Amino acid sequence: MGKLFGVVLTVITLVSTAIFIFHGNLLWLPVDISAHGHGVDHQLMETMYGSGVLFVASQLLLGLFVWQAAGRKEGWKYKTFPGGAKPMVISAIALVGIEILTLSFVGSRVWAGVYLSPPDPKSLQIDVQAGQFAFYFRYAGADGQFGGLHPDKIDEGSGNFFGLNPRDDVAARDDVVVASLVIPVNRPILLTMHSKDVIHSFYVRELRIHQDIVPGLMIPLHFTATQTGRFEIVCTQLCGLGHYQMKAYLDVKTQDDFDQWLKQQEAAQ
Amino acid sequence: MKMKLFVPTLVVLLVSAALATLAVAPPAGGTISGKVTYTGTPPKMKPIDMSKEPTCAKEHAASPVMTENVVTGPGNSVEWAVVYVSAGDQGSAPGTQTLKFDQKGCQYIPHVLAMQVNQPFEIINNDPFLHNIHPLPKINPEWNKSQPPGTPPQVEKYDKPEFIPVKCNVHPWMHGYFVVLNTSHYSLTGSDGSFKIAGLPPGKYTLTAWQEQFGTQTQEVTVGAGETKSIGFVFKALPY
Repeated sequence: MGKLFGVVLTVITLVSTAIFIFHGNLLWLPVDISAHGHGVDHQLMETMYGSGVLFVASQLLLGLFVWQAAGRKEGWKYKTFPGGAKPMVISAIALVGIEILTLSFVGSRVWAGVYLSPPDPKSLQIDVQAGQFAFYFRYAGADGQFGGLHPDKIDEGSGNFFGLNPRDDVAARDDVVVASLVIPVNRPILLTMHSKDVIHSFYVRELRIHQDIVPGLMIPLHFTATQTGRFEIVCTQLCGLGHYQMKAYLDVKTQDDFDQWLKQQEAAQ
Repeated sequence: MKMKLFVPTLVVLLVSAALATLAVAPPAGGTISGKVTYTGTPPKMKPIDMSKEPTCAKEHAASPVMTENVVTGPGNSVEWAVVYVSAGDQGSAPGTQTLKFDQKGCQYIPHVLAMQVNQPFEIINNDPFLHNIHPLPKINPEWNKSQPPGTPPQVEKYDKPEFIPVKCNVHPWMHGYFVVLNTSHYSLTGSDGSFKIAGLPPGKYTLTAWQEQFGTQTQEVTVGAGETKSIGFVFKALPY
């Protein structure tokens, strides 16, 4: 009975691993439309391979131990790790620790490239506001200046989501406020994100970019999109009863289409 | 009938009939009517982007819904203004008809619901997804109610007069007003800005016109029996 268990364990491990590998697309990732996306996907793959190999090895070893113990005779003793329990635990920690640290060091370059490097000085800057339960986006308009934000002036019913004061603040008069993030392809984008109320999170899976928006902070996030199309921005931090529904759309357009769109929006202000 | 009694009976009948007509007919109701208009430049209404609710985005793809905080029309007319008797009111009857406030196509219909204190109104969800209506009163009690699709209408009422902004917790662009009044003599202006308050007993009234962005204006009007008085309210509009 014990030996059968050992066999079953081994078979399940080998069969499920084979199915996983021969499926082809190991991680079923969505299309990568980001300049830094390749680095992120590479890191995901390496983590999968590294931990996958160790996982399969540990399961096969478990199967072997079960088989050996099941066939034991009177007086049989387990072979122990040389030195006993303490060296075994230390070795296990060291092995797993080395694996995790290696992955971290390898991945830290990708991480730093996305989150810890300065944005391109020629980035198109777009202001993002997350609030229960919608995202709104603001462009500086023809004057290239963002108007000041005044929370006491926020009036969603009249479309003043950001709390602009166009009466007294001339820079605010031409600010373009829209509910979709429209950007040109192959152009560095700098998002400056803040929250109107509680913690939200900005996530576009095809961009391989993810950032919590914490109230009280103005959070920069930069990326470059490499393909045109329409993609979903979803809120990935539970923010209340409408969180499941909180999303917006990212429209990546060609530079000409984007220029035309922006001109139309500016004319409507 | 005996001849001797015929003439006195006739006289009594005729006199009673004459007195009866005088007693039964009340003085004819007066009317105050007119238009609410603006001078200056009103703010531009903006198209609402409903892309986060794809059903509504599709519904309004051909002609986007505009914000409704200042809706104007030809002849500088102002829509969604409420003109009502704020002082000197007589002969008001309580509101008993159940009014309707609809959530359809991610909009509140009507944008302004005028009602009387203790008058019931139904909040209906005619959209195939969740709404969470949240009126924001300062005097009346505040509440918000979730309405998943297919749930029956919620009946509510307010017992104190107030101008209450209404929002939806799920769809930030949805915006409306509950105008709770303690008179039945009120009128909501339509697309031509006109209002009409009828059935007013003769007297001196103070009329107030309210618009959500322009604020209020008052005028005093004296109305005689069956008289129609025409007045106008002119708000000063600023572009921002």
